[in-house]
Amino acid sequence: MSIEAPERPTQTSFPTETEYAGQLGRRQRKAVVFKFFCLAMLTIAVLALATLLYTIINDSFGLVAVVNQNDPDQIVADLGYDPATTGLQDLPYDELVGLLEANVSSGVGRRLERDQRFYEDRLVFEDDATWAEICSSDAPPTGCTAAPRDQSNVYALVQERVVVADVIASYPLVPSLLNPETFEEDVAAGFEAGRFPDYQPEQAFIEWRAWFNPTFLTTPQSSTPEVAGIRTAILGSAWLVLITILFAVPVGVGAAIYLVEYARPTRLNDFIQTNINNLAGVPSIIYGMLGLAIFVRVLEPFTSGAMFTTGVPPSDNGRTIVAAGLTLGLLTLPVVIISAQEALKSVPDSLRHAGLALGATRWQTVRSQIIPVALPGILTGTILAVARAVGETAPLILVGAASFITTDPSGPFSKFTALPIQIFQWTSFPQQEFHNLAAAASIALLLLLLTLNAVAVILRNRYSRRAE
Amino acid sequence: MTNETSTENKIDNVIEERMTIEPDQTGEAVPAVAEAPGVIETKDMSVFYGDFRAVADVSLNFGRNQISALIGPSGCGKSTVLRSLNRMNDLVATARTEGEVHYHGQNIYAEGVDPVEVRRTIGMVFQKPNPFPKSIHDNIAWGAKVNGFKGSKTDMADLVQEALEAAALWDEVKDKLQESGYSLSGGQQQRLCIARAIATKPDVILMDEPCSALDPIATLRIEELMLELKENYSIIIVTHNMQQAARVSDKTAFFNVKLNDTGMRTGRLVEYSPTEQLFTSPNEKDTEDYITGRFG
Repeated sequence: MSIEAPERPTQTSFPTETEYAGQLGRRQRKAVVFKFFCLAMLTIAVLALATLLYTIINDSFGLVAVVNQNDPDQIVADLGYDPATTGLQDLPYDELVGLLEANVSSGVGRRLERDQRFYEDRLVFEDDATWAEICSSDAPPTGCTAAPRDQSNVYALVQERVVVADVIASYPLVPSLLNPETFEEDVAAGFEAGRFPDYQPEQAFIEWRAWFNPTFLTTPQSSTPEVAGIRTAILGSAWLVLITILFAVPVGVGAAIYLVEYARPTRLNDFIQTNINNLAGVPSIIYGMLGLAIFVRVLEPFTSGAMFTTGVPPSDNGRTIVAAGLTLGLLTLPVVIISAQEALKSVPDSLRHAGLALGATRWQTVRSQIIPVALPGILTGTILAVARAVGETAPLILVGAASFITTDPSGPFSKFTALPIQIFQWTSFPQQEFHNLAAAASIALLLLLLTLNAVAVILRNRYSRRAE
Repeated sequence: MTNETSTENKIDNVIEERMTIEPDQTGEAVPAVAEAPGVIETKDMSVFYGDFRAVADVSLNFGRNQISALIGPSGCGKSTVLRSLNRMNDLVATARTEGEVHYHGQNIYAEGVDPVEVRRTIGMVFQKPNPFPKSIHDNIAWGAKVNGFKGSKTDMADLVQEALEAAALWDEVKDKLQESGYSLSGGQQQRLCIARAIATKPDVILMDEPCSALDPIATLRIEELMLELKENYSIIIVTHNMQQAARVSDKTAFFNVKLNDTGMRTGRLVEYSPTEQLFTSPNEKDTEDYITGRFG
């Protein structure tokens, strides 16, 4: 049955029933193909992330072959104790200090003593005259004031300086779990091939080692991988986060409030807005160059701390935590501005009108009504931006993060290293043990970022609940 | 009763204050409208958005303790006129007002007049209920606080109760003052917004289609409330609902859109008469066409 309608398009422009059935099938097949295409892309993304995690964790744990240059049991026996009942850590404090005295060079010993002395009432490596002299100098070492070392501290020193456990080979996590015997064979083969000329095969023993462990987090950097830690790098990164936040948050949020709440759409403001958006995409190395030129060179009296002291400046140049923190702050700034702007823009105008119609000034309205509503968004955006900056390496290299530093940063004007720098440095070393350390440091960096992101989520949830 | 007198005093103070700050000869020279003393008077007011003239040459005199309604088809500029009366139009970057708006004889667009002060005296209630995302108590207390309320906590509690009672909301919310303003229904939220406006002790309350987002029952409650409020306040209301204008208002202004020579649609005031007269025997043909439903 058909209806005569000459002016309207005829049915012939549309497919017939059978054509339509075939065409529908094709359309649906296309839809299925596209769906699987997207699923495949998702799989690739997940696989990439899984591989990343696998690599890091695989290198951070596993079997190691260790040689003690001095056997702890032998040391205990030499001192007249029974190795079966007394371990090295059970020796009296005086014996442990004696071991250090006997085995450590006087130069190293003096340095240890200047860091922290062994006895309250007497000196082991230094003589009293020199000690009095250095302690009365302008910059006395920490040993002059700090409390003396304790049992566990000296035991760690003995392990590091006297026993000297040398990791001669290491094995990643997965093969260590699946076929540990291959590792033993490899080590034995290594001895036969003469790859460990300094040691006898019977000296070596195989043990599990978690490169990522509490001691790793709390010991400073060292040139021997067995005792190297990342405390200096963690503290450096923490200082950087602090300074980045102190700089980027007030400046960024203030600028965003001005742009959203006050700025009229003039050509100048549009120009500024466009530039902020572009700055967010500028490569971090460029910010590093800027930081080097401005903070390290031009503002050296400030960034080296010379401005704030009359005596010897804390640092001899501008390559300090402040310079790097400000550089990272600049890097973060556009992102903070943009995310704070988005958060402010998402607050409905009706709230602004409500506030102003009550006779509040614009600032009263913004402070009491707009910012509380926008705060979760501002915090989330800011913390994510800072988290991004924590992992930045390129600008830090340019502004002169030192890769080998064994002393904790003493303040914003001290030299520093940071986690990504530490990872970068260890990865560039040829020894496998340093690669294990780099992987373990990566875990620490990832955990730091996860913590920051978790803080962002918690703050967002707490404040958005309060706002409703 | 005490509440009412204190409100009256407050208003008188405001008026006196303004008269002393800015004596305006022309304002006093204009004879008051016979039936009621004027509170806001516009003189040849035009509002522009950029180059576009939204409304032209509006001269109106709104009576004290009266409800004045602004009606007209969409785009006739009635909301623009309303927002010009407490300088809320200043918030639109491109907006510009010409002519004069006199509040008790003083031009609120004169140089040196702070819009913040104007808005405190001439409060506003919006089309969509817009409570702050805060507790009911804080919604009302905030307006007083930003205007420098000096009383103790008990004084503030009294003020909140007084405002909620005036907005006929107290009985419904007195047990949940610390709950969020968003927990209320739409009609309750709008009454909360009215209470909030009252709490800053304004003289005039502007209402921009206050019932358009509400159901008929909530609308009725707001209308009853408006009739109660006009004892103490002067109310100017924009409404799309002609029955509403007929029910509550004392005087009604009818606006219409006119095409000018360049093809721009500019709103103009057609007629301003006592409500009963406007709806029964309008002076203008356009008004009659509109109220009888022939257009708009």
